[in-house]
Order: sequence, then C-alpha cells, then structure tokens
Amino acid sequence: MIQHLASLPILLPMLTAVILLLPPCGKSVKIRRLVSIVMAIATFAISVLLLVHINNTGINVYAIGNWSAPFGIVLVADMLSTLLVTLTSLLGLGAILYGSAGDDEKGSFYHPLVHFLILGVNGAFLTGDLFNLFVFFEVLLIASYALLMHAGDKQNTRAALQYVILNLVGSSVFLIGLGILYGVLGTLNIADMAQKVSELTGDDVYLAKAGGLLLLIVFALKGALLPLHLWLPNTYSSAKPVVAALFAIMTKVGVYAMLRVYTVIFGEQAGALEHMAQPWLWGLAIATIIVGAIGVMAAQDLRKLTSNLVLVSVGTLVALIALQNVNATAALLYYLVHSTLVSAALFLLADLVSIQRGKVGDRLVAGRCVKQPFLLGVCFIVAALTVVGMPPLSGFVGKIWILKATLNSEQALLFWPVYLVTSFALLVALSRAGTTLFWEHKSKKSENADSANAHPLQVTVIIGLLACSPLLVIFGGPISDYMLGAATQLHDISGGINAVLKGGM
Amino acid sequence: MELLYASCVGVLVSCGVFLLLRARTFPVVLGLTMISYAVNLFLFSAGRLTINKAVVLGTGADYADPLPQALVLTAIVIGFAMTAFVVILAIRGRADLGSDHVDGYVPNTSADNKEQK
Repeated sequence: MIQHLASLPILLPMLTAVILLLPPCGKSVKIRRLVSIVMAIATFAISVLLLVHINNTGINVYAIGNWSAPFGIVLVADMLSTLLVTLTSLLGLGAILYGSAGDDEKGSFYHPLVHFLILGVNGAFLTGDLFNLFVFFEVLLIASYALLMHAGDKQNTRAALQYVILNLVGSSVFLIGLGILYGVLGTLNIADMAQKVSELTGDDVYLAKAGGLLLLIVFALKGALLPLHLWLPNTYSSAKPVVAALFAIMTKVGVYAMLRVYTVIFGEQAGALEHMAQPWLWGLAIATIIVGAIGVMAAQDLRKLTSNLVLVSVGTLVALIALQNVNATAALLYYLVHSTLVSAALFLLADLVSIQRGKVGDRLVAGRCVKQPFLLGVCFIVAALTVVGMPPLSGFVGKIWILKATLNSEQALLFWPVYLVTSFALLVALSRAGTTLFWEHKSKKSENADSANAHPLQVTVIIGLLACSPLLVIFGGPISDYMLGAATQLHDISGGINAVLKGGM
Repeated sequence: MELLYASCVGVLVSCGVFLLLRARTFPVVLGLTMISYAVNLFLFSAGRLTINKAVVLGTGADYADPLPQALVLTAIVIGFAMTAFVVILAIRGRADLGSDHVDGYVPNTSADNKEQK
C-alpha cells in the first residue's frame, strides 16, 4: 500500500468526483455533502501521510503501469510537490465545507467539480513529465471553467468567455513549446530533460531556448505575470467568492511550473542555457508587484482588492524564483503557503461582508453596518495584518525571510525599496478598506435585521484558514526546516535526476 | 516535403491568429480550431518527417518515433473537448450579453464616432 501512496492524492479526488455524480449522491443534497466532506478529509489525510512519509524517506518515484522513466510516465513526490499537494487538499477541504453552507446549491455539480479541480492541481504538482503536466493543466482548467460559471450572471459569462479563450490559446502555445523541446531533446521527462539539455550543441541550443521561453509565456499566463495578468482581477472578482478562494491555488500552479522548469531543466547544470529565463522573470516580477500594488490602491471593492493582492504575491514569488538560490526558494515556499491561505480567507470574508451589507455589497463605500461587526471585524484585522506582514503573524516571518534571502544579492538594491514601499501601500489600502467597511455607516444597526447571521460552517472555515497564520509562526522552527529541506532537494539537481531515472520502483 | 509542411503549419497559424483578433466569438472559435490543427501538425513533425520507416516491433535500428503520435492523439482529444466547451459558452454568451463580441458589447471605434458626429 505504502508504495502506491504517491498516486492516491490524484486517484482519490477522481474516484470521489465520479461517486458524487452517481445516483445516491446525485439525488440527495445531504448525502452529497456528507460524501464530499468525508472524501475531502480523506484526501487531506492522505496528503499529510505522504508528506510525513516523504520527509522520512526522501524522493518517492511512482512509475505508472510500472514503465520506468524515461520511457513511461512517472509521478515524482518530493518534499516540494507534497507540500503543495497538502496545501491544495487543505484549501479544497475549506472550499467544500464553505460551499456546503449553501453556495453549492446555487448552481449544479459544485462538489464533483471541486474534486476534479483538486485532481488536476494535485496531478500538476506530482507529475514528473512535461506532457503529463499539460494534461493535468487541462484537467484543472476545464474544471475551473465550469466552476467559474457556477451560479453565474451576465458579468460572469463575459469573464468566463475571455478566460476560456485566453487559456485555449495558452494551451496551444504550451504544445508548440513542448513540440520544440521534444524535437531537440527527444524526451519529455523532466529529470531526463535536465540531463540532456547540457549536451546540446549548435542550432539545437537556440531551438531549446525558443521552446523554453514559449513555456515561460504559458506559465506566466497561468501564474498571471505582468503582461499576461489582465484576466486575473476580472475573473477572480466575478467568480463566486468560494470559487475564487479555491482559485487562489491556481496561480500557484503556474509559479510551481516556473520554479520546477527553470530551476531543474534550465538551471545551473544547463550548460549554454544556464539560468536563461532569469532576466525575464526578474524584471517582470518587479513590474507585477508594482502594478498589483497600484491595483490594490485603486480597487473599488473588497474582491477586486483581494484579486490584486494575489497579483502582488505572484510578483513576489516569481522574483524569488529569479534569484535561484536555496535560501530564496525556501522563503518562497513559506510565503507561498502563507499567501495562498490568507488570500483564500480574504475572498471568503468578502463574501460574508457583502451578504451582510445588503445592496452595497463589498464595495468600499459607506453603507449599513454588517450584522456581526465584531466577528467579521476581528477576522478582517487578522487577515489584513497577515497580508501586509505585521509582527505577530506569518506575513511578518515570511517578509523578514524574503528580505534576508535577497540581502546579499546585488538585486537587493531594486527589490528592497519596491517590496517595502509596496507593503506600505498595501497597509494604507487595507486600513482604508477596513475603516470604510466596518466603521462608516449611513444608517442605524436595526435596519439589517433581514440579513441572516453567517452559517457556523462558513465562520469555521474562515477562522480555520486564518488560524494557519499563527500556527505557521508558532511551529516556525520545524516548518522552516522543512522548507529549507524542500529547497535543498529541488536545487540538488543531479540527486533528483538519479532518484527519478535510477530509483524508480 | 519539409517546405510544404512548414508553410502549411505557418499559414494555418497566421489564419488562426487573424481570426482570433476579430474578437467575435464565431471567428474566434474558428481561429482556435485552426491553431489547434497547426499545433497538431507541428507536434507530429517533432518526431522528424520520414517515410517508409518501420514501427517499433521487435528489434530494428531504423524505426519511426511513436511518441509524437501519442502526443498528437492526446492533443486532438483535449482540443476537441475544449472547442466543444467554448462553442457552448459562446452560445450562452450571445444569449446573456446580447452581442457576439468577446467583450460583451462592440467597442466604439474611431470610425463609428465619426459616423455619429
């Protein structure tokens, strides 16, 4: 059983999604919710088990159908990918619990789609083959297209149409990049590519460079890096907030793909193509941070504001990828976990705020006060402090780590001012948003008797997501050790190649 | 053969890009289809263009690369599903938004402005 553990985070959501479509679950809402929640907990438990297992035994390579790499497709569970799988399963569990409070019945097939999305994201993190990465990208994309339309209105259709077309063009570019790379390298297994890329000579070097940079376009599109980020604020703010919260992991798939491809394949061992994407990533990342911060300042409602916060976090993550050293990668992982959880919590908070404020929704104008000002207010303060990076919470630790990791590089001269001024801009924007939402009222409290209190499940999910932030600080020691271990493992390219190509089970 | 093949892919891509930029849903769907045809042809050529080569059976030094064909098959299936989805979405968009433009309305171009004046 234990040797099949690496495949379970993919198989279990797939099985669940199919079960959820079949009669007993398809008919009764109660059974559907129950099965969905239980299986999401099971997926999360399996992911944690895998995490512990990998932490003890090192890289686990699972050869599908027992065809060893590089001929067959392998799943590679190392510390980095299992960390992200665990994060995905946790976020998926949150979205399912939150949706079970009522959002799931506003459209059809919410639960199966969420499980399909988890399947795609987990697969993208675990796969050791670039073409398989493309397939899992498509799986998660088609689930996301349908989720985006969940309980949708006109605004939604427009955003979805643009998102779908953009991603279809992106998929074509992905395939062209893969075709070029296969043409020159003769393999699509990531470890095998890393080995062969340094042996390229003559014109093949330039072809491989073209292929690699075409992949950069695709990953930048998925991760919402600067020139290709325009879809993100519209898409995320027009989706249902619980769906947007789940989508917080999807930009991270793009970031992960960049991290994997440009560290392992085109990293230090790539000969003529060493660090070829680094200058691009660096410039675009800084620009993304700036544009995201401007978007945060200019946002008119809480959901747009949160979408732009996602942009800022993507910019920060990509800047750390460009640095290409172990410490920066470890800081990246810590910041990635923290930012995904907190932006998901902010999207969910925006949902509760907009329900309780009635007509004005989550727009940043004076309106009637929320029905549970204490609960939502405290949650908002915690979330805001975490995002901005104020002392007691995980944002602060992440920020210090990032600043420390960039300190010794020559890029610090550019990165430090941009990053610190951005944090200040975020602080201003979030305090303004908080004061407007919770303290500026047009009318008396008694008028909002018609809106219901938040469902206990919804409150639990938000508090649970926010509670991860102090936990990330309290268990900072073991967690940062794990991140450092994962980063070291990723940068140990020859060790990774050996594990995949020779140690396949 | 290489020249014919390459220009075929090139023409398909350029037609596809042109149609995509029309920004109306029907031409966009056609454009996406053309680009995916071009991509499929391109993937196929990643295994080098050869004729009269054996399949991989038993032992032999000279055989055709089977992997691009598998890749193309996967790409065709996925492309087909995605096109079906975007067609349905386009129909819904036409109904919901009252326009077949991808922005939901036809943007005012300078030519329109002149006519209005």
